[in-house]
Amino acid sequence: MRLLTHNMLSSNIKGVVNGFPLRIEAEKVVEKNVEMNGDFLKKMFEKIEWKAFVEASRGMGYTELPEEADTSMLDSDEFLSRFHHALLELHLEEGALVCPETGRRFPVKKGIPNMLLHEDEV
Amino acid sequence: MKLKELESHLGSLDQFSHPKIELEQYPTGPHIASRMLFTNQAENSFDDVSNKVVADFGCGCGTLGIAAALLSAEHVLSIDIDPESLEIASLNAEELELDMDFIQSNIMDLRWRGPIVDTVIMNPPFGTRKKGADLEFLSVAMKVASQAVYSLHKTSTRDHVKRAALRDFNARSAEVICELRYDVPKLYKFHKKKEVDIAVDLWRFVPASNQSRRI
Repeated sequence: MRLLTHNMLSSNIKGVVNGFPLRIEAEKVVEKNVEMNGDFLKKMFEKIEWKAFVEASRGMGYTELPEEADTSMLDSDEFLSRFHHALLELHLEEGALVCPETGRRFPVKKGIPNMLLHEDEV
Repeated sequence: MKLKELESHLGSLDQFSHPKIELEQYPTGPHIASRMLFTNQAENSFDDVSNKVVADFGCGCGTLGIAAALLSAEHVLSIDIDPESLEIASLNAEELELDMDFIQSNIMDLRWRGPIVDTVIMNPPFGTRKKGADLEFLSVAMKVASQAVYSLHKTSTRDHVKRAALRDFNARSAEVICELRYDVPKLYKFHKKKEVDIAVDLWRFVPASNQSRRI
C-alpha cells in the first residue's frame, strides 16, 4: 500500500469521529521505482493532507520530508523527487493501520490492508 | 497501447477458481473490460484514466483496475471484500509488472478523506442476489469520484438507474455510452444453459462538483 492510499483512508468503525489519519505500524516496507510525473505530483500536492503524509512517511522510516510545505517548493526538483518517492514508491508490505481513536488494528498483509469490520463495529 | 493489445493482456488474467454466488462473482471478460476503458479514452476523448487516480470497486480478479493501469493511470486502487479474489488480482497485477494498491473492505463501509480519486470504474453486482446492490455501489462511487464514474448495469434497469443517479446521487450527467453483451459462462450449478447473454449498459456518470468527498 502506497502512502497516497493511506492519505485517503479513515478508520471506518461505527461511532469513531476522528478516524484520520490511521497510524502506521510498519514491519516491512518495500520500495518500487516508478517514473516521476511532475504534473501529477503538483495536482496531488493540493489534495494531500501534508501533516498526515509526513507522519506516515516517518512511520515507514523515511525522514526526508519537511514538516511543512507550500506550493513554492514544487519548483525544487529535490523536493519533488522526495515527495514522489514517499507518495508513490514506498509500500507498506507488512504491518498494521491503527485507528487513532480506538486503537483497533487493521492488519496489512502482502501489501493489502484488511479494513473489514467486525459485526459490532458496523 | 492498442485495443487488441489491451484485450489480449486482459485475456491472460487468472479468474475466479471458486466463484462465490453470494457476492455475485462473475468475471469481467476481456472484450467488455477493454472496450469499457479504451473506447472512452481513445474514441470519446474523455480524459478520465491516463495520469489519473482510479479506483476499482468490487474488483474481483482485478480486470478493470489492471486495464486502467495498462492505460497509464498514475495510481490504481482496487477494492474487494473477498480475500481470495484479492490474492488472484494482486498476482495478476504482478504478472504484468503493474504497481497497484489493493484494499480488503466492504465498499459500503469504507470511509474516505478528500477528493483524491478522479475516476471510479466498476462492474458491480447486478443485484440479482441482493436487490439494489448495484445502486449501493453507485451511490458510494458518486461520492468518492471527483471526475467520472464508469459502471455496468443491466439494460433492463436503464430508466431506474438514470433516475437514481440524477435524483438521489446528485449526478450532473448520466449517459449510456454503449450497450454491451455480457456473456455469462456457466459458472454456477443453478445455471441451466451453457452460456447466457445479458444486455448491459456502459454508463458514464459525472458527479456534482460541489461535494465535500468525505464519507
